[in-house]
Amino acid sequence: MANEITVNLISGRTIQQGVAIESGKEKPSYRTACGIIEMDPADLKALGAWRNTNVKVTSAYGSVVVKAVEATQGPHPGVAFIPMGPWANSVVSDNTYSTGMPTFKGTPVKVEVAINEPVLLGVELVQKQCGVKVG
Amino acid sequence: MSELIIKNGYVFDPVQGIKGDKKDICIKDGKIVDKVGSSAKVIDAKDKTVMAGAVEIHAHVAGPKVNLGRIYRPEDKLFSCTPTKGMERMGGGASIPTTFKTGYEYAKMGFAVAMEAAMPPLFSRHVHEEIRDTPIIDEGAFPVFGNNWFVLEYLKNQEIENTAAYCAWLLKVTKGYAIKVVNPGGTEAWGWGLNCLTVNDPVPYFDITPAEIVKGLIEANEYLGLPHSMHIHPNNLGNPGCYETTLDTMKIAQGIKPKNKFGREQVLHLTHTQFHSYGGTNWGDFESKAKEITDFVNKNKNITIDTGNVTLDETTTMTADGPFEHHLTGLNHLKWANCDVELETAAGVVPYIYSPSISVCAIQWAIGLEIALMMKDPMRCYITTDHPNAGPFTRYPRVYKWLMSEKARKAQIDSFKHKDKVLSQTVIGTLDREISLYELAQMTRAGPAKSLGLAAMCGGLKPGMDADVAIYNINPDKPVANPDDIEKAFSRCAAFIKSGVQVVSNGEIVNNGNKRTLWVNVKAKENPQVMRDINEKFVKYYSMTQANYEALGHHFVPNPYAIEVDATN
Amino acid sequence: MTKTITDVICPFCGTLCDDVEVVVSDDGKKLLEVANACVIGTEKFLHSQSADRVTKPRLRQEDGSWKTISYDEAADYTAKLLAKAKKPLMYGWSSTNCEAQSVGNEIAEVAKACCDNTAAVCHGTTLIAVQDIGLPTCTLGEVKNRADRVIFWGCNPAHAHPRHMSRYSIFPRGFFTGKGQMSRKLVVVDPRCTDTAKMADIHLQIEQGRDYELLNALRVALKGEWLPDTVAGIPAEKIREAADILKSGRFGIIFFGMGVTQSLSKNHNIDEAIALTKDLNEYTKYSIMPMRGHYNVTGSGEVFAWQFGFPYSVDLTRGFARYNPGDSSSIDLLCRGEVDAVFTIGSDPGAHFPISAVKAIAKVDSVCIDPHITPTSGVSKLHVPVAFNGVETGGNCYRMDNVPIDCRKVVDPPEGMMTDLDFLTMVCNRLKKLKGVA
Repeated sequence: MANEITVNLISGRTIQQGVAIESGKEKPSYRTACGIIEMDPADLKALGAWRNTNVKVTSAYGSVVVKAVEATQGPHPGVAFIPMGPWANSVVSDNTYSTGMPTFKGTPVKVEVAINEPVLLGVELVQKQCGVKVG
Repeated sequence: MSELIIKNGYVFDPVQGIKGDKKDICIKDGKIVDKVGSSAKVIDAKDKTVMAGAVEIHAHVAGPKVNLGRIYRPEDKLFSCTPTKGMERMGGGASIPTTFKTGYEYAKMGFAVAMEAAMPPLFSRHVHEEIRDTPIIDEGAFPVFGNNWFVLEYLKNQEIENTAAYCAWLLKVTKGYAIKVVNPGGTEAWGWGLNCLTVNDPVPYFDITPAEIVKGLIEANEYLGLPHSMHIHPNNLGNPGCYETTLDTMKIAQGIKPKNKFGREQVLHLTHTQFHSYGGTNWGDFESKAKEITDFVNKNKNITIDTGNVTLDETTTMTADGPFEHHLTGLNHLKWANCDVELETAAGVVPYIYSPSISVCAIQWAIGLEIALMMKDPMRCYITTDHPNAGPFTRYPRVYKWLMSEKARKAQIDSFKHKDKVLSQTVIGTLDREISLYELAQMTRAGPAKSLGLAAMCGGLKPGMDADVAIYNINPDKPVANPDDIEKAFSRCAAFIKSGVQVVSNGEIVNNGNKRTLWVNVKAKENPQVMRDINEKFVKYYSMTQANYEALGHHFVPNPYAIEVDATN
Repeated sequence: MTKTITDVICPFCGTLCDDVEVVVSDDGKKLLEVANACVIGTEKFLHSQSADRVTKPRLRQEDGSWKTISYDEAADYTAKLLAKAKKPLMYGWSSTNCEAQSVGNEIAEVAKACCDNTAAVCHGTTLIAVQDIGLPTCTLGEVKNRADRVIFWGCNPAHAHPRHMSRYSIFPRGFFTGKGQMSRKLVVVDPRCTDTAKMADIHLQIEQGRDYELLNALRVALKGEWLPDTVAGIPAEKIREAADILKSGRFGIIFFGMGVTQSLSKNHNIDEAIALTKDLNEYTKYSIMPMRGHYNVTGSGEVFAWQFGFPYSVDLTRGFARYNPGDSSSIDLLCRGEVDAVFTIGSDPGAHFPISAVKAIAKVDSVCIDPHITPTSGVSKLHVPVAFNGVETGGNCYRMDNVPIDCRKVVDPPEGMMTDLDFLTMVCNRLKKLKGVA
């Protein structure tokens, strides 16, 4: 039985995210760049997840399936990073506290192993959650 | 194009020496003409005052620091928003109006031309975008030179020709109008958090003094024969005792003769003189030195000034005198914005409340008026508020009221909390002069136009000049019952014609006109050394390429009007 | 034979590099190579040539498929959408030029819309702080020529502004900084050991979300007053060491980003960072600069400000401009269900807004103007592709330090494609007719 852990989620830019958005957000390269969660090795171990396998990330605001990878800019135990994009935004809070700005950095999330669940492509992830019919 | 005739008005035109005669003004194809045909559209100016469109010689209305002021002061828009109405775009801002509102407000007061007082050359594209979006009025912009690395290095070596070549190049690539100098040397020192408070304080590293910068730029200006003179905001602005620095600065101009083909007779224009006329040693013994300053300018006829009148409003100060703004926020603790500009200049912005209950503010108010009242030649003294520094330009009519009515001045003085101090520290209580309508026309039209080298084009109603004509609801034949009527009349003209097209009728905008951007195109001698120096500094020190610095395409200046200057002699 | 176009401006991020060179085919039609741009900029230029571009407007059908329509029909649809809507939201603007932004403002004024730009999810909180406390700043050339102390707080330029450090902040040899990188000390504050932090002289690995406390502690340390043993996970001695480094410079610059604008304290973080900058000016010379994201979000803020008086989140619904972030800001408007039509341009809220706000966009009638296929176009009713600004059309843009640079056109857009400026002008004229306005 797989564990689940709670981590503090932040999101932000990466070079790969930048290149991928210019190539096209409908493409697999966008999912490769942004449909991931970078976790500190200590957190991966606590979770009991293999590197490069899928996990489900859940917050009070939603959930999303992404690929768990080892942190590239660590160590940062307790902090997890999903590059900015629709995967991260499936779980961040829309509460702006009257500033207009959502809290993209600092969302408590639960991460659990979801090895058989697929990571969706960028555009389809958003369309699915919005209930948009795709012909 | 259409013909217009303005009939039955009382005309005040210093260019032709007309002092209130009833005269018809004829307009054809955008110019004043001797006569028009019978099918000309008639505008009846019966019982009204007719003058040429006014000329604003110094205001901060377009550019990065102006917009920084707008961005960081949302509260400036409270209660001052105007909705979209007919052809008027919406507007807002009491001390820093949005660009559409700026154009409309100037036009509604009968202004034809406004000069943006300080353009940081790196930001010329921004200044021109805002000028383009300011409707109706013609505008120009003054690039700043007094802290520019090229100028500092050339003048250190006393290379006037090279300085002039650089100035000509910069005016061309920025489509600028004149050589503006702000806190010479001090703003470069501010790049290290320092300043130059006297004309002899050397600039860190560059080791040149403000006096040398001022002299060199006056000489470069005359070498090129530009339409306007060097236009200066001296060192030490706003400090008690600063009048000495002002006198030291003006002395540099003594003995220098103007050289130009535009009828300009001054070699130095001292701007917002009020801020530079302070005596005393601290805010407690702060006093007016307007007499000392005006005595000097009265005697030295190669100098023109503008007043910089305080209007007793909440406003926003903004200037390329970066260190001064830091000093000001230290005094009033209101939010401070600053931007240092590589190789060129800086800017600072701080809100300010000129409260009539504060003796210093009341004395400042008095100083501005003293200057105008003690200057003997109205053709060399122009009314401004250094908008928005001493007050918004929309308060000009109130300043006219104070100048034209001793009763209005007395009422204001009587209302001051520290009336006695104002009377003891200034001579405002002893001045009974009242500016006449003719003198007002000199101080707001003919005078500034002449100083700018635009005497042939604007500021008057002589046939051949641009048809910029303002009609005010003030009857010179009737004595003024209430001084507030002066303010009311000049706030909203009965009609305003710009370049031959009626743009304002009964205080409302009826046409957006076709504004022009005035700039000075100098044909100068080839100077390979200066061009090499420019190339080198772009490669090594600027953060932008030279080609992109020079890019100022048509979409920035859609209706340019170049004043040609041949400096190749 | 090929042609090399020099002094090209890269239209990706706020660094707005203007030394890019693009090699095009002799007939000027094909973009072959890009030099000097970072990998992201290079991709932007090269991808504009990809064969799979959407080149015609398309309207979503009942069954979810797209139907291709003409620009003419698209302009009609857009004008009608804006004319009909009671409270439309016109969002984005950050990846287009100032001329287009200006026409967009005219449309918003006629349509009585709410208009907003991507500062809403980026440096909007910076703008709020600036409106409270001011902003001592400078141009990037001042950093290049004078700065000997550089702080990156809550930003990761190695990833987000890749050439920033080589063009302006760390490596260049400027007039007073002839030793380049050796002239400067770098302090990085970040909860992760980012690729930027790896270059730092000091990396303060702060507890995420505790920036306010650390900024405040630095202000205290500057004054030499008492500090607790740790603040925000950083030991007091390290805080004092950092304060000494900051204070001992002769020209310092604090660059900051989303780490402080988007974490919980938001504008209060920036307030404190600006206060720290002001305090430092008591000892030496300091400036602070936001690392703006999109290449022309700054421009959108400037154009909004000189035309309407406010830099973002502008509400024109009453016929004059109002501004109240939290009330007039995009995400709040969407999440409260107050918007009945959405017009997006030069941005991708579908990818970068919280999903609940995107659901609100999907619910209403919408137009998305974007050369790319994006999550926004994926949930919009009308997708209008336009020429890539800065590649296929020029126009003025503003860098992160507010310096205006006029982008260049290097190739033509694909046959038949419009620029956003031309499309917006069509929409504006039709909207004015519908509203009976001159």
